[in-house]
Amino acid sequence: MAKLGPSGYSPYPVAMYEGILTPPPGKALLFNEIVDEEIAMREAAKAMLTRENPTIFPGPQVLYAWNEEAKEKAKLVRKIAETLGAKIIPMYDYRPKYPKIDPEKEINPNHPNLTIWHNNIKACIFVGVHCHYANVALKIIRAETDCFTIAMCGNSGHEDAMITLRDQHVEELEKFIRVAEEVKKELGK
Amino acid sequence: MQKTEHVQYNRAGQRVVSPDYLLFEAPREKQFMTGSEVVKEAVKRASVDASVSYPITPQSEAAHLIGELWVEGYVGVYFRGESEFGVMSEIAGCAMAGARSITTTSGPGTLRAMENFPMWAGSRLPIQLVLMARGVNSPLSIQPDNLEMSFLLDTGCMIWHAENAQELFDMILAGFVVAEQPDVHVPLITAIDGFFISHTREAVMLPPDDIALPPYNPYKSPMVPLDMEMAPGRFLRDPYVMKSNYISYAAHTSWQFEVRAAIERSRPYAKHYLRGLIEEFGDPEADIVFVASGTAAAQAKEATLMLLHEEGIKARVVRLKTIRPFPTQELIEALRGAKYVFVPEFNVIGWLEREVRRALYGNLDVPVIGSPRVAGGMTMPPEFIVKEILQFLGKEVKHVV
Repeated sequence: MAKLGPSGYSPYPVAMYEGILTPPPGKALLFNEIVDEEIAMREAAKAMLTRENPTIFPGPQVLYAWNEEAKEKAKLVRKIAETLGAKIIPMYDYRPKYPKIDPEKEINPNHPNLTIWHNNIKACIFVGVHCHYANVALKIIRAETDCFTIAMCGNSGHEDAMITLRDQHVEELEKFIRVAEEVKKELGK
Repeated sequence: MQKTEHVQYNRAGQRVVSPDYLLFEAPREKQFMTGSEVVKEAVKRASVDASVSYPITPQSEAAHLIGELWVEGYVGVYFRGESEFGVMSEIAGCAMAGARSITTTSGPGTLRAMENFPMWAGSRLPIQLVLMARGVNSPLSIQPDNLEMSFLLDTGCMIWHAENAQELFDMILAGFVVAEQPDVHVPLITAIDGFFISHTREAVMLPPDDIALPPYNPYKSPMVPLDMEMAPGRFLRDPYVMKSNYISYAAHTSWQFEVRAAIERSRPYAKHYLRGLIEEFGDPEADIVFVASGTAAAQAKEATLMLLHEEGIKARVVRLKTIRPFPTQELIEALRGAKYVFVPEFNVIGWLEREVRRALYGNLDVPVIGSPRVAGGMTMPPEFIVKEILQFLGKEVKHVV
């Protein structure tokens, strides 16, 4: 992803069309730069600790007890929220919400901007959201808002996020908590 | 202490090996086969869960042979659809249920099924369609012609174009691996020129049939299978998505761009498993270049050799293996220094010429000549290509046809 939104819809904000690919294994993406994972983690923590109303958007992969890893990751997501002083608003599934979504309580991938606008969220982390829905949502967020987006993905990452961390499993989430605690201390928070 | 090795077997009892081993490292034996038979051999080694068929020339034999694999226990589910539209809908159901799925079609069958292809892409289904291209027109034609490929260019599916039976075999196996990557996960159309490849026999090198690709893992899908419980996709009931308002437009736009971005993400994987998105053939210094795909590329290679040996004219071929994603950068690099670019094709409109022109526009200033072009079942012997080049260059046409 090249820059913070709102970028508008024409040209449509598609990082891939701007020549930005997902990072290779072992690396992360910080805007349009491939960097070491730790550098990206530090910047992610800094954004969450310094921008208004930081929020974590956990998706179904960490909200339901599909397997042991999901349970473990869910606990760590909660710990990340505590460390960063962030709110949690779940994307608990991708189901239709009728007659409309309650943006206080949840976020939906097809109109994530409603939740971000309503809560004035300036930094967020996507974690456990299925890749297609994360990608759809991240493009809309960049088009419509100035929210700083961070993706913590269990697969190969999301080039539409401002920071993307790939292959994030239990060990990596634990590492992120350690990095966030360090950054918090450095910032005197 | 003895080292223990975990060996995995698929439902057919084949040993599961890595895609790299199956494609690049396993020993291979020479066989003499038609393209249709090669489809069977590829599917046999692909741990396929489901296939749906419907007869239409020239793909009927390939579909039938996949059915034999079901009898032999290599394919999990196999049945005949009610029509091509039925087939493409039913295979979508198989893929939504988490099955590795493959089907085949040709010409009018492709057009009858058309609505399904963007639906597959939007639903992020990594279905593989082996397309054995044939003529599309009235009066009805069953002749080789790849016009139908132009209709598929913007469906949101990846499109690869095999030159011969060997490449078809390798592409089918590589295709599952690339299409099923979580960040790609869109359908793949593996195209060949019908009859030329499907019905002719050629030497192919095949790995043993007691090894196979790792099974598909639907839990890595970028769109959760649960989400598909209400056909053709539960997301369709979202009022914001279904209604005509600004929010629904924004969602649909993002969705469509995401599908195209997914095709772009396939580049590095395809580059690895296909050993490059393009192939260059002939004298790298030659300033006459043929840009072609499929059978037209094979004919252009022969013409290149004839031009060199019989006329002393140097030429080269840039063969495109993938059409979606289109290998724009590779093509631009390969055409630096070219004086004339010829695009030989087996269709009436010259869809590849259009694609080449679009890729080069503003990037490289070189004349693109949409020729030679045949359609309606005509063949394109290398002599025919040589004749066109000689005429274009103002040289004497001697003994060519």
